[in-house]
Amino acid sequence: MGNEEKKPKINLAIYWGAACGGCCVSVLDVHESLFDVVAAADLVFWPIALDIKYKDVEAMPDGFIDVTLFNGAVRNSENEYMAKLLRKKTKILVAYGSCSHMGGIPGLANFSDKESLLQRVFDDTESTENPKKIRPQTEYEVKEGVLDLPEFYNDVKTLDQVVNVDYYLPGCPPQTERLVEVFMAIVTGAELPPPGSVVGALVKSQCDECERKKSDNKKINKFYRPWEIEDDGETCFLEQGVICLGPATRGGCGVRCIKGNAPCRGCYGPPPDVIDPGAKMMSAIATMIDSDDPEEIAAIVEQIDDPAGLFYRFSLPSSILRRTIK
Amino acid sequence: MSFQPTIVSFLCNWCSYTGADLAGTSRMKYASNIRIIRVMCSGRIEPTFVLKAFREGADGVLICGCHPGDCHYHEGNYKCLRRFHLLQKYIKQMGMDEDRLQLKWISASEGKQFAELADSFTEEIRNLGPCKVKEVMETLT
Repeated sequence: MGNEEKKPKINLAIYWGAACGGCCVSVLDVHESLFDVVAAADLVFWPIALDIKYKDVEAMPDGFIDVTLFNGAVRNSENEYMAKLLRKKTKILVAYGSCSHMGGIPGLANFSDKESLLQRVFDDTESTENPKKIRPQTEYEVKEGVLDLPEFYNDVKTLDQVVNVDYYLPGCPPQTERLVEVFMAIVTGAELPPPGSVVGALVKSQCDECERKKSDNKKINKFYRPWEIEDDGETCFLEQGVICLGPATRGGCGVRCIKGNAPCRGCYGPPPDVIDPGAKMMSAIATMIDSDDPEEIAAIVEQIDDPAGLFYRFSLPSSILRRTIK
Repeated sequence: MSFQPTIVSFLCNWCSYTGADLAGTSRMKYASNIRIIRVMCSGRIEPTFVLKAFREGADGVLICGCHPGDCHYHEGNYKCLRRFHLLQKYIKQMGMDEDRLQLKWISASEGKQFAELADSFTEEIRNLGPCKVKEVMETLT
């Protein structure tokens, strides 16, 4: 290394906030393309793979990192601190994956609040015995000094609700092929879209890519959960009465779920100009109900057990209402 | 002074807005809490509009369209009806009182009914008290 062609390498960082780790694994899924990645970039920070501490990041000059892929939502003070720190140290900050893009699965915690979550975990669970009602403290004194823990927030936030984000790369996790394309565009100096764009995805919806048979006039008399009906493998899920979030979801994943005979769950987020994918999906699904009778309509709607959880599975913190109110 | 709710009302151009206009030209008095937004059809009212109204501080949202069978575009009001049921269920899950959102049919000749509806809906929302969505939103930013 080093003596060959001297093309300046870029500095790449990957960090996780409130995330499951799947996004980091999706980066590892580049497989042998990893050689292309490390040929073009130095990984300067990546907690899942490299032993580089926060203090090392703090010591970097501002703007030292060329690209940071930030996955995970902002759930506690540590996530927020790191989001702000990395923003300062990074030229191009990418919200990588559904959680940093829209809140993702951790964002479903916005159906609850801090107090009730802590109560469930530290008091109510069947396996918990906590007579002293001990709760996590942000600071705790021991004889060696003061120990500290990040503060757990009441709300889950998306990355762009905390710092300015340059690009969004959606998906749960993003398709690795898309990541490689975007990464290569950055390192080869290709012209990048305007800041704030969603990259690594299409502008049209899932339905545009989906190969299932679709008719123009969808009618639904009864909604089925996926396990309640035998999918014929070729007709549009919606026409079979199974709720598929394809119409309100951006394409680009290669319709992987649908090809695997599972309806789309919406991880790629809304198509351009849609602010609230759940509302858009409610709008679409409701019009398909095959009835003009108020009572019958109400009964069919009643078959959707959990509209909020279903239509906002990945997008609650970025939706219009953002969280439940009491 | 008692609580003055802010109410956003989406009225369809062909029936309900004309009905509200009739109430006005007939010089009927009704609660001034209602802020009317005219749309071409109740079928044009997307859930996004309603949610945004709540987020911006509406205490109640009243949607009015043509009576069933009377839609200028044949079935826009049915589409609205279906969305309305789903939306009510959703806002209830989000911790709001579902009655903050209502759908009523008002024809072009029902000026009096519109004025009465405006009064009764305002009263109902006044009894429910302020909607907390905007307040919660402000704590988040």
